[in-house]
Amino acid sequence: MSIIKLKNPAYIFESASAVGCEEHKGPLGDKFDFHDEKDKFGAKTWEMAEGELGRTALALALSKAKLRPDDIDVLFAGDLQNQCVASSGGLYSFKIPYVGLYGACSTLGEGLMSASLALSASEDLRRVAAVTTSHNCAAERQFRLPIEYGGQRPPSAQWTATAGGAFLLGRDGYAKIERVMPGTIIDGGIADANNMGAAMAPAAADTIVKYFRESGEHPDDFDAIITGDLAKEGSYLLETILEKNNIVLKNHYDCGMMIYDYKKQDVHSGGSGCGCSASVFSAHFLPLLRSGEFKRVLLIPTGALMSTGSIQQGNNILGIAPLVCVEGVK
Amino acid sequence: MDKEEYKELVKRRERRSPSPKNCLRAFWTGGLICVIGQLLTELFLTLGMSEKSASTTTTVALIFAAALLTGIGIFDRIARYAGAGTLVPVTGFANSVVSPAIDTKSEGLILGVGAKIFTVAGPVLLYATLSGAVYGVIYYIVSLFL
Repeated sequence: MSIIKLKNPAYIFESASAVGCEEHKGPLGDKFDFHDEKDKFGAKTWEMAEGELGRTALALALSKAKLRPDDIDVLFAGDLQNQCVASSGGLYSFKIPYVGLYGACSTLGEGLMSASLALSASEDLRRVAAVTTSHNCAAERQFRLPIEYGGQRPPSAQWTATAGGAFLLGRDGYAKIERVMPGTIIDGGIADANNMGAAMAPAAADTIVKYFRESGEHPDDFDAIITGDLAKEGSYLLETILEKNNIVLKNHYDCGMMIYDYKKQDVHSGGSGCGCSASVFSAHFLPLLRSGEFKRVLLIPTGALMSTGSIQQGNNILGIAPLVCVEGVK
Repeated sequence: MDKEEYKELVKRRERRSPSPKNCLRAFWTGGLICVIGQLLTELFLTLGMSEKSASTTTTVALIFAAALLTGIGIFDRIARYAGAGTLVPVTGFANSVVSPAIDTKSEGLILGVGAKIFTVAGPVLLYATLSGAVYGVIYYIVSLFL
């Protein structure tokens, strides 16, 4: 059994998103709760800016829900930096008991899954929060080349989003989480760091195939099947693999393809980063579930598990794709 | 679908970099940089410099321009368009040294800038020096027999 059915469902009752300048210029720009034109969020370094981005998102979610930090019992958070320093550094001031997560760009899935499982496991918990962030400049510095380095990238490369999302979960809310499914680590045989979509697509396909096989449900039972950041390359590959498994997705959305404007913004294959799915899910999909326009969605954030060292040593990039089934309560 | 089959699919699907377009852009931007360089040399010559110092001053001027443009955050935008056009002339080398220097300022002057300034240019420096030395040895041996 891969699907975990929660004894007590968890409910998302509030969320907030914060993004950088490029993301604000994208087609979803006005939907995000907060944006910073300079991408620095008032911090001194890019790494600290990512922490500040997460802090802003959580502070906004709390203020929208009219709650204080001590109303939250556990915080699950993760980002793209080594040892998740953006999350710990940015969120320590809330003084909320903290669990750090790393699932590369799939961290949103891990966060929502862990948060719902915690709520389901203990009735003593009142509310929990999940926060994920990514920052383009911090990611460029850590994984790629200096920010001001001048060069061209191949069309399959992706653009790490400067974005973050914070989600508050409790016993009551507008979006119910009753089923979650951890992803399985999949080796698709891809070692090209400029084609992350190809590295992650087999993991997303594995998760989707397993989910529908086990649940007996059909893609048409959902208003949207949302992947994290497969972008153009990965989305095509996912749909091709699924077709070979006789699954046709008519309602597939990829957050990496939604956050930027391909015509105006030079993002190659599309957006990526764990803040990409978090901000798009918070700003675009949750409002649709809240209004009742969408009834059920599958959220499948996708992660490429690698480090600069593993890439340079020629190892394959492993993919992972956890799944969270989110249902509107209305 | 097995791994090999998947790799094949990825390869088939992968959009290649648009080489003809990139070559054309590199040609005219790189050419333009060289024309600017030539004009500078001519200018320095008319100012009374010797040929040797005029060409050295031109190189320094181009390095300075590339470093300045990197510092104010414009170079990478030009390079995204120009590709090899800005990479091949000395401008690319200047950018590859200045950009890590700016980037690693936050880690301090010793462990940041000092240790990481050559992260991009380092391999070029090492292997250019090394191949120079190897060439020198070969040249020496060959010259013994001529």
